[in-house]
Amino acid sequence: MQETLNRLSDKNLAIEILNEVISEAKKFKDLHGRKPAIMEVCGSHTMSLARTGLKRVLKDHINLISGPGCPVCVTDQQSIDSMIELSNGENRIICTFGDMIRIPGSKKSLFEAKTEGKDIRVLYSPTDSIRIAEENPDKEVIFLGIGFETTIPILGVVIKLAEEKNLNNFSMWVTTKLVEPILRALLDSGEVMLDGFLLPGHVSIVLGEDQYSYIVDDYGISSVISGFEPVEMARGLYKLLNLLNNNEKSIINDHKCMVSKSGNLHAQNILKTYFKEVDEVWRGIGVIPNSGLDIKDEYKKYNAKNKFEITIGEVRKTKCKCGDILKGLATPEDCPVFSKGCTPANPIGPCMVSSEGTCAAHYQYMRELY
Amino acid sequence: MCVGVPAKIIEKKEYSAIVDVLGSQMEVGIIFVPEVSVGEYVVVHAGQAMTTIDEEAAKISIEEWRKLVDARDSEQVIR
Ligand code: SF4
Repeated sequence: MQETLNRLSDKNLAIEILNEVISEAKKFKDLHGRKPAIMEVCGSHTMSLARTGLKRVLKDHINLISGPGCPVCVTDQQSIDSMIELSNGENRIICTFGDMIRIPGSKKSLFEAKTEGKDIRVLYSPTDSIRIAEENPDKEVIFLGIGFETTIPILGVVIKLAEEKNLNNFSMWVTTKLVEPILRALLDSGEVMLDGFLLPGHVSIVLGEDQYSYIVDDYGISSVISGFEPVEMARGLYKLLNLLNNNEKSIINDHKCMVSKSGNLHAQNILKTYFKEVDEVWRGIGVIPNSGLDIKDEYKKYNAKNKFEITIGEVRKTKCKCGDILKGLATPEDCPVFSKGCTPANPIGPCMVSSEGTCAAHYQYMRELY
Repeated sequence: MCVGVPAKIIEKKEYSAIVDVLGSQMEVGIIFVPEVSVGEYVVVHAGQAMTTIDEEAAKISIEEWRKLVDARDSEQVIR
């Protein structure tokens, strides 16, 4: 198996496929008089395309647009500020994913709160927060839960464990996002011109191939579900361009080794059991109805929004263009402070901090081109 | 945060399993893949196995490409 998986990052095979991608992109240009515009929905694709050099090689052939799939980046500033504000109480342990820790808040980041002496812990696995709550019965343990459908079921498992252990000192502040409402919002707005989507393999593990049929049925846009290795991404782009050049409208599952037609039903059941749909505010976009999930009322004792009163001040105004970048309307180079006032060491917006952020990807791998 | 890591199941418990990720061992949750068996590969995300990896499907997708490239190469030779 390992040998098979290694083949997916085989440089020579990726180069062979890349040549085919370029030839398909040229065909598209001959047909339409412009480069094809393809959005990679997920931040992990943005980072992988930049890191592997694919984005650089394809720069003159495909307009690869980064989409709204970086969970921290799409979280609006008020939610970020609220989560950071939670750290201000006494006797609290704040647990979070690594991506959150350096996101600038209007007043400070969680990292700064930590240096002020607050107990803030970065976890790889959210279920570790249950152990921390058991070990610290005299403290309130709060997990900051952000993410798309890949991560939300795991947050559900955490509630399940908290319930089984009847914990009274554990809660979660959940600000989660769903893929379908944001893709519909993007397509409905008509602001960004797109020929196709490169859909994320990992979210699709939970959702399943069939969940994307609305992209073709309602919008007539073709897509390919792709993994994150160089061979997989190049192959996904080739298949997508091939569909476009043949004027075929379809969703191709090019990640069949992990993504089934109906997705992971166990994960979907956990979503249904513990969460309800809520309106969510997206950075730079605003409220999208039913575009996120929050903890159901019957589990509200685990919802930090019920447990703690939070007041936040004015949201700090910056020149950050993350909102437009997430909508595919701007690139990091359009931001006046990119790589000047805003760098990974001194970030102004979340797109420069997150390991899936478009600005971080451009800063690390694309910068010298501009 | 989104990209998962392939891991081999070494030992299966009730709700968790010991997996090998490139030589190091760790414990992951298997609530989303309760049917998994020892020796199978899973994708791990944030401490939970999210799906099993179907080796046949992975092989077929690579082979499919190989055939396409080989067919093109032979077309070029004939021309
Ligand atoms: S460079 Fe910094 S300030 Fe500009 S859009 Fe990106 S994250 Fe925001």
